[in-house]
Amino acid sequence: MNFLHIINEISDSDPEFLNRIDTRRSAMRGFLGMSKKITMATLPVFAGTLFQKAYGRTNDTVVEILNYALTLEHLEAGFYQKANEAADSLIPGEAAKGAIKTIGDHETAHVKLLEDVIRSMSGTPIAAPVFDFTAGGIFNDVFSNYVTFLAVAQAFEDTGVRAYKGRAGELVKGGDLLEAALNIHSVEARHAAHIRYMRRNANHAADIKPWITGKDSGIGAVVQPVYDGEDNSKQAGIEITTINGLVISKDAATEAFDEPLTKEQVLAIVGPFIVS
Amino acid sequence: MSTQKEKQEPALQQLVRETHPRRKFLSYSLIAAGGLGLLASCKKDDDPTPAGNEVNLGTDDIGILNYAYALEQLEAAFYTKVSESSIAGMTGMEMSLLADIRDHEIAHREFLKNALGSNAIKGLTVDFSSIDFTKRDTVLATAKAFEDLGVSAYNGAGKLIQSADYLLFAGKIVSVEARHAAFIRDLIMNGSFADSSVVDANGLDKSRTPMEVLTIAAPYIQDKINFSGLPQ
Repeated sequence: MNFLHIINEISDSDPEFLNRIDTRRSAMRGFLGMSKKITMATLPVFAGTLFQKAYGRTNDTVVEILNYALTLEHLEAGFYQKANEAADSLIPGEAAKGAIKTIGDHETAHVKLLEDVIRSMSGTPIAAPVFDFTAGGIFNDVFSNYVTFLAVAQAFEDTGVRAYKGRAGELVKGGDLLEAALNIHSVEARHAAHIRYMRRNANHAADIKPWITGKDSGIGAVVQPVYDGEDNSKQAGIEITTINGLVISKDAATEAFDEPLTKEQVLAIVGPFIVS
Repeated sequence: MSTQKEKQEPALQQLVRETHPRRKFLSYSLIAAGGLGLLASCKKDDDPTPAGNEVNLGTDDIGILNYAYALEQLEAAFYTKVSESSIAGMTGMEMSLLADIRDHEIAHREFLKNALGSNAIKGLTVDFSSIDFTKRDTVLATAKAFEDLGVSAYNGAGKLIQSADYLLFAGKIVSVEARHAAFIRDLIMNGSFADSSVVDANGLDKSRTPMEVLTIAAPYIQDKINFSGLPQ
């Protein structure tokens, strides 16, 4: 996490930035001029103070967002770890085993990355919760039935995509931090597309596509909250199906834009999987 | 945390070099120029038409939206051409999903055009003369390059956006581009949806700057694009 880079960017793109933090102005100039002598141990707190003054976004707020993301990454990493341990009996074929291994490795990397960033901001990374991947018995055979496993995987990945999107706005103008969040977000979307393609090819859901059509889950009512709202065909008040005099199908109009989920919606979805 | 901006050969250049040896020199001449100034010299030898007028993307968020609009125009035109083509070896299922992607890119293009209103750049003139639309492997290789490019473009542009609303719309689009990228990659080689050529050891997808992206896209756009007003 290069905070100096963020500060430089804010200063460059917003000439009034240094004025708005005027009580710190001379210190700021010194800070920018002496950047190479400042140690990482003192940098994060100072950077957090700058965010608070400049945009009403405190270090605590950013850490809270990152811990929210970390919770979801713990969920996914823990889920794929269990699946990979059970792979010989759960996942048929080397291609599918390889894909789940790849996805699991990414989720584990996301956990470590977010933990490192949170620590760099003098925050405390949230510990991995105790999970119940059966969600209280709803998915009892999640690690013994390939159909159930891929369905839960799809729901987790699509939830992840929507969850990052739901809070990205809070990180607007967040420099490298925002960029990293976006770089995770699009990887989750790649995962989601592949899991959906696996389900199509394995005939778990014959018509399912790599993208989300309407609010269809291709799974069943039990995961519907993951997809509610995805049938939106209006963007910024503009109806996409008739935009600029063109005709775009309702399916395509909803597929073309992934929709965000609020924190409350996401916690309601993942709540049944979290014991403590 | 680092931003993992490794120096790697840009996807389309790599693609062009692998599949169209004739364009190798042209590709590298663009890179060497560090910009788009040589675009006119990269046109087909037998095409005397001069490059179109310079297109200026503008500044600030308008500039970023026009940047996205330019890329979506390119993608929409590509998939429109794909859908009109008879492609040896492409299955009905594949053509159907490629038509879906075409419609998504058209939706993105029209949404951005509408959002920009009078600030929108003109419709760009594309140049797909280097692409063999009759062959499955070249169509998919080009699609993969465009999709990975689009993902990296939105990922790199996010931090340049001032408005939280615009950032959300970029987010709504980029994950769909990532779904496309993953699908196209799986059609080329199942399991390559997020391989190490696009996702690094930290589990992060790529970001590219507007200059990197537009340099890669330049051989496919006849108009000269001026992106000097974009935020850095």
